[in-house]
This record gives sequence, C-alpha cells and structure tokens, in this order.
Amino acid sequence: MNRYAEPRFLLCGDTGISVEFGNAIDPAINRQVQQLFGELIKRQLPGILGLNPTYRSLFIQYDPWQCSFENLLLAVEESLKATDDDTVTSAPLIEIPVSYGGEYGPDLDAVASFHGMTPGEVVRLHCAAVYTVYMIGFTPGFPYLGGLDERLHTPRRKEPRKVVPAGSVGIADRQTGIYPIDSPGGWHLIGKTPVRIFDLEKADPFTIHAGQSLKFKPITREAFESHQHP
Amino acid sequence: MRAISILEVGPLATIQDRGRFGFRDRGVPVSGAMDQQALMVGNLLVGNEVGAAGIEITLGGFKAEFLGDVHFAATGAAQAPRLNHGPIRNWTCHCAKEGDVLSLDYARFGLRSYLAVAGGMAVPNIMDSRSTYLRGGFGGYQGRAMKKGDILPLGEMFGKPISAFPTELIPPYAEQPTLRVIPGPQDDYVTAEGIETFLSSLYAVTSRLDRMGVALSGPLIELRRGADIISDGTCAGGVQVHGNQQPTILAADCQTVG
Repeated sequence: MNRYAEPRFLLCGDTGISVEFGNAIDPAINRQVQQLFGELIKRQLPGILGLNPTYRSLFIQYDPWQCSFENLLLAVEESLKATDDDTVTSAPLIEIPVSYGGEYGPDLDAVASFHGMTPGEVVRLHCAAVYTVYMIGFTPGFPYLGGLDERLHTPRRKEPRKVVPAGSVGIADRQTGIYPIDSPGGWHLIGKTPVRIFDLEKADPFTIHAGQSLKFKPITREAFESHQHP
Repeated sequence: MRAISILEVGPLATIQDRGRFGFRDRGVPVSGAMDQQALMVGNLLVGNEVGAAGIEITLGGFKAEFLGDVHFAATGAAQAPRLNHGPIRNWTCHCAKEGDVLSLDYARFGLRSYLAVAGGMAVPNIMDSRSTYLRGGFGGYQGRAMKKGDILPLGEMFGKPISAFPTELIPPYAEQPTLRVIPGPQDDYVTAEGIETFLSSLYAVTSRLDRMGVALSGPLIELRRGADIISDGTCAGGVQVHGNQQPTILAADCQTVG
C-alpha cells in the first residue's frame, strides 16, 4: 500500500487544493480522506465552496476572497491534527435490493463465462461482500464501491453503451457501482435495483453517501416490479 | 406578470446562475455560467444580486419578447444585440417596453453571451441553485435547454439599475486568447518537454466542446508514466491530458471526479 507518511497538498488552480494521502485504492487511505472530510464539514469554514472525498484525496474548492490560501492550509492542518486519533466511525450499513440477470443485467452471463463460473455464483459473490463507498461522482449519486471479490474483477466493456438505464448495477475492473440516472457507461451490467438512489422528489435526494458501507440483496423480478417507492 | 417569451433559441440557451455549490461530494457538478464575469456584471447592471439567474446564449441566434416593462442587459461575447431592429450597446442596461423584441446575432469572437433581466429568472431553486444541469435533467427551466415558446417568469426587482459598465473594463473576446494556468496537481505525470510544448504551442478548439469540456488539438504533450491516474476531484478550468496526448479544458458541467 502506498500511504504517505505526511499528506501532500496539491494546487488545483486558484480556487482548489487537493489533500492527497496516498497513491493507491486502499481502505486505510480512504478512511483518512473521510476523516478529514468529516472534520471540515464539522468546522463549517467560511469560503469553502465544496468538498470532494475521492479514493485517496480530498479535493477542496474555496473562494479565495473569503478564505485565503494560507488560512485554508492552516485550517486543514488543524483538522488533520484533530483526526489523528484514527477513530473509526461506524457508518450505517445500507442494503440495496437487486434483480440480477435477464433484461435488467444483460452482461451477467458474459461476466460469468469470463470467469468460468455460473451466473448464480457471480450473484452469490456480489451479494456476499460488504462494500465501502469510496466516493460519489461521475453523475449525481453514483457510488464507487470498493471491496469487490477478486474473483469478479472484470475489465471494462470494449464498447461503452450510449445509454445505461438508471438503477443498473455494474462491474468494471476492481469496482462495482450503481447508475443513478440514465447516462453513457462502459461497465458490465449484472443487475438493476428498483431503488431510486438519486431522487429529487425526496427530502434528501441521495440514498448513498461517501464513507458508508453497503450490501446488495438479490430479489426476484416480481419483487423488483412491485417495489414501492417511499 | 413580468415575463419573457422565447421566440428563437439558437444552438443552445440555458438558464444559469453562479453554480450549484456544496453538493460535489454527492457527485453533483457545479454547473453555472461558463463566463461568470459576464453574468455577474449583467446582474449588477440591471440591479440584481450578482448571483441571480440569467440566460446563457451559445453562439447567438436568440430572440425574445418582453412581456412587461423590463430592465435588461446583454453581456459576454458581442452578439450584436438589437431591440426591435435598432442596434443597442451590449454591457449596458436598457429598459424594454411591453412587446419589445430583443434579438442577438452570431458573435464573431467569443462563444457565449448572457441576458440578465431585472428580478432574474424565477425558476425553481434546486439544491441551492437555479442553474441548468443538462445531463442530469434538473435545474433551470424544467431541467432542459430553452425552447421556442417557453415563457419565463421573472423574479422580484432587487435594486436600482446602473446605466453602463466602463467600456475599458469589458474583457476582450479575442480570436487567439492567451489563457493563464497554474501547474498542478498532477503535472508530475507530464515530462518537462511536455510542459514546454503545452505552454509554447498554439492549440485549436475542436468541435468537441460543450458545457462539460473543451477538447483542444495541437502538438502532442509527452506524458511520463502513461495517463492512468487514480480518479481525483476535478473542477472547471482544470486541464486534463488524455491518452491521445491532447489537452481538454474542463468546463462548468464537468464531472466532480475524473
């Protein structure tokens, strides 16, 4: 694992910095990212326009008219000290129901045959793991999940799809994720959830947040179709 | 009711304010005006708060009728505004009477102009912003680009209009602008020759340009270790060099990570 002894501060233009904790996709590195993210949210510094926890860094967008670069660095260093105790916050576990295969998961059979297993085994392995939400990005609410079983690591599709329907659950390389809105995509689609993980009708439009833990639960096609949206 | 009626939209017209801040950890792009200065000055001219929502007009070919007496200003690229056939100055506040028609021609240089109207565009505030995010289908007017026939209600008047903006402060919209850059955060993936090439060459804007990014074409930029980097946070103005060794400037609707 490539975790730095001291985080690196990297300039991102004149309104952003990136605090980089390592050079790998790794749970311990991401935990440091999430801790700094949580600490900065708690502090509510004026002039911070947005925070973006990613796999191994925290991107901070700021307004230099409200918060100078120097003051931002001081605040981040103080926040890093405050998180030194390495306290692990217990994130609530979210369960996402998924109907696997068929028209909802058109690539399930291809993924299974790529690994020389049955579609049922792919589903079993995909549902057995507890995933960490490393970051949200690509489209509103799209979770990048770490913790995919090595036996399911699959290179991306050669031909990305122009439209992947919202709710689709995909696998690409070492990751798995859920498409919140219809968008282009190159991941293998193995199933679909009836949960609208990005829904502007809800008070909190986002079902999934960075830093949380997540599990998938297999459901039948009938259960998918009769799913009630809260 | 004070409102404006859209008669023609040109290639793309959307409602934008300064952007949707504070949601990037949930994957929501900032969006907002591509030319923030032009939108803000437009708002000040008509007596709005700087962050009021205006219409961002791409290239030109836009026409709208004022339903009610309304102060307005057209800023940004010089799209030769006309009010009922008579040419008017841009970067200047004008008062339209009920039934007046504003039309914008195509700009010679510069791509986007802004129509700021006293009171701003009274569209719903979604996640603290009125900006349209086209890919997500939300914000602005019903989450989409403006169409002929749309009627946009205007908000309450805020302050007093200012007559004009000093002409010497109008930014140049040049044929060959020079953009300033700050190196980082991953410039160590580019060789010293690559950086030199990037800073000394002329790059052409390709047809792959939209509110998400502007793909450029020019001399190849030499990369040190290939372009495979772990996805990090991104923001408008960032310059990415992809596997094809050509730079792309990220724009207002760019993904939050990439």
